[in-house]
Amino acid sequence: MGALASKRRRSVNIAAVVFLAPAIFFLGTFIIYPIINSFQLSFHDWNGITAHRDFIGIRNWLELFSDRVFWFAFRNNLIVVFFSLLFQVPFALALATFLDAGGKKFTIFKIVWFLPLLMSTVAVGFLFRFGLDANFGIVTFFSRLFGGGAVDLLGDQSRVLLTVIGVICWRFIPFYMILYLAGYSNLPEETYEAAIIDGATRSQYFWRVALPLLWPTIRNGAVLSIVGSLSFFDLIFVMTGGGPGIASELMATYMYRNAFQIMRVGYGATVASAMFILITIIALIVFRLLNRKEKP
Amino acid sequence: MARQKKLLIWIPILALAIIWLVIAGSPFLFMVLATFKTQFELLTGGVFAWPESLYLTNYTSVIGGRFFSYLINSIIVVAVSLTSLLAVASFAAYPLSRFNFKLRNHTHALIVACMAIPIHITLIPIFIMMMNVGLYDSIWALVGPYIAFNLPISVFLLTAFMASIPKELEEAAEIDGSSKYKIFFTIMLPLSKGGIATIAIFNAINMWNEFVFAFVLTRSVTNRTLPLAIWEFQSQFTNHTPMIMTVLTLSTMPMLLAFIFFQKKLIKGMMVGAVKG
Repeated sequence: MGALASKRRRSVNIAAVVFLAPAIFFLGTFIIYPIINSFQLSFHDWNGITAHRDFIGIRNWLELFSDRVFWFAFRNNLIVVFFSLLFQVPFALALATFLDAGGKKFTIFKIVWFLPLLMSTVAVGFLFRFGLDANFGIVTFFSRLFGGGAVDLLGDQSRVLLTVIGVICWRFIPFYMILYLAGYSNLPEETYEAAIIDGATRSQYFWRVALPLLWPTIRNGAVLSIVGSLSFFDLIFVMTGGGPGIASELMATYMYRNAFQIMRVGYGATVASAMFILITIIALIVFRLLNRKEKP
Repeated sequence: MARQKKLLIWIPILALAIIWLVIAGSPFLFMVLATFKTQFELLTGGVFAWPESLYLTNYTSVIGGRFFSYLINSIIVVAVSLTSLLAVASFAAYPLSRFNFKLRNHTHALIVACMAIPIHITLIPIFIMMMNVGLYDSIWALVGPYIAFNLPISVFLLTAFMASIPKELEEAAEIDGSSKYKIFFTIMLPLSKGGIATIAIFNAINMWNEFVFAFVLTRSVTNRTLPLAIWEFQSQFTNHTPMIMTVLTLSTMPMLLAFIFFQKKLIKGMMVGAVKG
């Protein structure tokens, strides 16, 4: 009996390995190995072309610690995180609440609000690069409509980051709206009925019943938004390339510039590794904080 | 009285809803209207002016260009990556949801942890890897990364889906002496169809719109996917806004059509993807 059980266990183990092998292969080759490799590259000076790589120890890392552009980019990332949370979470929640309350009547709202999510981030970037043109753009159009002048949003160092954040919100609010709408649809129907029968108004229902029940979904959305904002790339790369100057530079655009444009591959890998460390630390802290809050 | 009060609450809410409708919709209006205009007309006539005539030259020149080559590349990459991804993910989800083995929880945790990894840290090594194996500047370079980066969320969701399927059928098959492999293909896979379909939609959207890998791993215009079509047209028609908007409109078209025809399924697929984490 013992022999049979152990034989059975062995065949289960073998089957588990067989079924998991392809997944482990892909994760190992394209995620885990590259992470290790990036750290290795960060100790080298390399232009990406020659066969020879110079091992230079921690020189890249020392440079990074005193690299003002990198820390400025990190600061920009944090600003993106802050405003994304500030706008995306409440706006998306408001839109989802509106759609949830309105039901089928508001389908037209749902469809139009959903539209930005259908475009690729690249397409959105180009749309706004031209759409926000200082002379012929959308904002300038509305500004002139109300008697104002031309508005240059992407070419102005002091405005560019907030403008880009606005575009990010435009593209991603529908995503979080869908997330919260999913949260609403997961609430049992009886909760609303029970609350109304007990004499709750709609706003009481929202604040006292729906919001606490939605909290796990909101928390997930917040974590996604933080991690996403810290590794943000596509939209900014397309719209401003980090400019004008370094006004809208983010960690990811700075990494791209080093590794693929000025061909400092080793230093690019250092920036990428630092980004990885910073994002992991922040994600862990956020997760801890948000999970603790949940417990009574 | 109650009715009046209700109206008073709804008017500002509706006003805000309509403002957001304008904010969400007006860039699209700008984009689509521009495609029917000449550069001169756009610059002189105001961005939201109705086109003076049904000017189609933008469309004919974009479609007459390499547009279909980009489209076909995108279709091939997504089709190959998606089928492989679904196979690999359902293979992995089966033991994670059903078997009792030593490292199960560790493996699951490892796969889930991969969800939070920013792709940028893998970009340089994958670029070098593709150079070394000779796949750089070919659409096949995209398949591996596309599978790997969509794998964690897919495995995570499929494992949860499979865990919710009742075990009776499998147990009966096991008593009949079927192997785990046979059970997977004859019982588990057919029962998981619903979950796999939803994940397919979510991943197809992600892959269709993917930018960073496509931009870094391919270079020639003949080997690029649809999101990158814009680069060629941009260098060809510098600052020709109507032409660029036409490329954008056309490259959004497949998603828009999918949305029109499969609205409910698409939103559901997005919802599933959104609940991750």
